[in-house]
Amino acid sequence: MTEVVDVHRQESAAGTPVRPLARLLASAGAWTDEMIAGYGIPVQDTPIATVGGGIGSYILADYLRVAGGVPTSGLRVVSNLSHPWQTYERLANSSQISPTDRIRSDSASRPDNLWGFPSYALQEAIRDRSLGPLAHVFVEPIFDDYYTPRLGDVMKSIEREARRIRYWDMLVRGDAQLVRKRVGGGYYVLFVDERQEDPQPMALRVRDVHLAVGYPGLKFLPELQEFRERKNDHHRVVNAYENHEHVYHALRRRPGTVLVRGGGIVASRVLERLILDRQRYGQPTRIIHLLRTYVTGSHGPHPWARRSGKHGFAYQGFNYPKSVWGGQLKARMASLHGKDRADVYEEIGGTTTAYRREWQRQLRTAREEGWYHAVCGTISDLQDTGPKLTARMRVEQGEFEVEPDFVIDCTGLNAEVTEHQVLRDLLVHGGAQLNPLGRMDVKGSFELIGADSGPGRVYVTGAASLGGPFPGVDTFLGLQIAAQEVVDDIARRGHCRHLGPIASTLEWLRWATGRQL
Amino acid sequence: MVPTLFGRIQTRLWLLAVVGALVTAALTPVLPMDAPLADKYQATFVVLGAVAVIGIAWELLYHLLMQWRWEKDWPTMFGLFTGIPEGLLVGYLATQGWLPFLPAAVAPAAFVIHFTVVWLVVWLVANGPMRVPFIRWRFRGGRLL
Ligand SMILES: Cc1cc2nc3c(=O)[nH]c(=O)nc-3n(C[C@H](O)[C@H](O)[C@H](O)COP(=O)(O)OP(=O)(O)OC[C@H]3O[C@@H](n4cnc5c(N)ncnc54)[C@H](O)[C@@H]3O)c2cc1C
Repeated sequence: MTEVVDVHRQESAAGTPVRPLARLLASAGAWTDEMIAGYGIPVQDTPIATVGGGIGSYILADYLRVAGGVPTSGLRVVSNLSHPWQTYERLANSSQISPTDRIRSDSASRPDNLWGFPSYALQEAIRDRSLGPLAHVFVEPIFDDYYTPRLGDVMKSIEREARRIRYWDMLVRGDAQLVRKRVGGGYYVLFVDERQEDPQPMALRVRDVHLAVGYPGLKFLPELQEFRERKNDHHRVVNAYENHEHVYHALRRRPGTVLVRGGGIVASRVLERLILDRQRYGQPTRIIHLLRTYVTGSHGPHPWARRSGKHGFAYQGFNYPKSVWGGQLKARMASLHGKDRADVYEEIGGTTTAYRREWQRQLRTAREEGWYHAVCGTISDLQDTGPKLTARMRVEQGEFEVEPDFVIDCTGLNAEVTEHQVLRDLLVHGGAQLNPLGRMDVKGSFELIGADSGPGRVYVTGAASLGGPFPGVDTFLGLQIAAQEVVDDIARRGHCRHLGPIASTLEWLRWATGRQL
Repeated sequence: MVPTLFGRIQTRLWLLAVVGALVTAALTPVLPMDAPLADKYQATFVVLGAVAVIGIAWELLYHLLMQWRWEKDWPTMFGLFTGIPEGLLVGYLATQGWLPFLPAAVAPAAFVIHFTVVWLVVWLVANGPMRVPFIRWRFRGGRLL
């Protein structure tokens, strides 16, 4: 069995770029086999490579293995991660989701199971010998919040399936530097294993490439970024997606004021933590919650398009309306193009959080007791004024100042595709284009438009493909829908099996009995 | 599964034609009806057909009602409880003997047992096992074709 180990990366020999790599990185256009051989780069042939090795690559690998019937030799996963849930787990933990907390996707969003059956609720009910989870799904979302699975259960299930499909037999550790068209068809995936003492470029020669590279980094509001850079202060101004435990530790020991920025689910979780810690440790923490858009009630152009909201927040079960993953909205989006599509993105977009009864109770108490204030506005200036910070806030009525001890920015992750070397190169040299939302322009099959190379295709799923015919891309279920489209497309092109009802049932039985593939 | 209009209709027809028919075939002989077996089968299959056909009109109504939901979803509970108005309507028509091709008015007890069992089994299958053979079904709003 493969060990799940996390090898710490060694600093690469900075400043001494490997020469063939530098040359190749600077080259334009397609590469020939001779070029690669001439540089002495070791080449491995494989039909398909997936770059990223996070949840998106894992889900595609699962789909290819299970539905497409592809052997382990038919796929390579190029990744700088040792296990696919590594980045997700880190971001989840930093943003205050512990293994026993519940995440934000439904019972049938199972990254480890193509069918979503048995759902997480059914599995939990069987394991705990309790009808509770099933009753929860039955009454959701009318008499209770949506049922959502626990982070720990989700990760365990992913690990179990990864072993079943022999994920680690397909994993190639390394940072992908470029994906380039190959003269004669297909692509080269050039990568370097930065953990090595003397990292040397290596290449995969493939027919198809799949890219699920997640987010290039954290996103900060410009004024907060500017403060962090100017003062080199990563201690008092933090992003909710980076480890910021020190903030909570400090607030346990002394009274303080925290400025929380953002109205999404991460802000909700940060508020929950601050409120619970306040109750648990008895320090009079004050919270100022700054929202750029303050939602006062149901909002939307007409009764058929009205989302609920209150106290500054817009409420939605998941990060899009539920029908994005299979219902009316999915069907509608698939038939829209250009501006019409962009308009619907606008209508269903915006920052939302889940309406959770527990969070409502906590915030009500905080509001009533006067130590939580939500304000609508922006930060116009942030200064270091001794032990505290001084934030000048611009609100509708004018400007005022507050003196927070910490600022927690919950506004998100950076999804700028041009900041990712491989994606940028595909835009510059690979024929790819941006969609109206500024991400990679893909078809309904997630094929990157303009990037085909002879019989080969590039597929992009995850955050980089937002703005296409399917909006829910950056979620477990969305990645699974995308993987289904990709594998069906590969099957249509004659390179793997198309899963029909009988084979699907047999594969499900294999899954249910834990048979290794 | 979060349905589209065509998905709803196709799913209903398929589930009643396959799961509903299997349940009906197995259950009919034991239903409290005072009639020869052939007549019993004729009656239960006419009822099943009526649930399917009248159901198309119900689905149009459900689809309309769903438009007021921001999520455009159809909670699990709704799928079960819509059986109440549907059962009352078909039950009234069946026990009055007003459905076409009925050999005789259906005994109320037999209708209640038959309808309840079929509805429950179809609802359970739609909420999980259906996804096993039809792996694309849930992403297509319940469309099978
Ligand atoms: C806090 C948080 C909570 C979430 N909760 C939910 C939820 O409840 N339900 C849900 O459905 N979704 C949730 N999501 C979204 C879900 O986690 C993402 O959709 C999913 O993880 C995206 O997978 P990915 O493969 O695109 O990215 P990742 O899992 O991040 O993997 C991409 C990885 O690729 C690697 N990589 C990048 N470039 C290269 C390169 N050049 N070479 C090699 N490797 C590279 C990086 O290590 C990167 O981490 C959540 C996300 C966050 C951040």
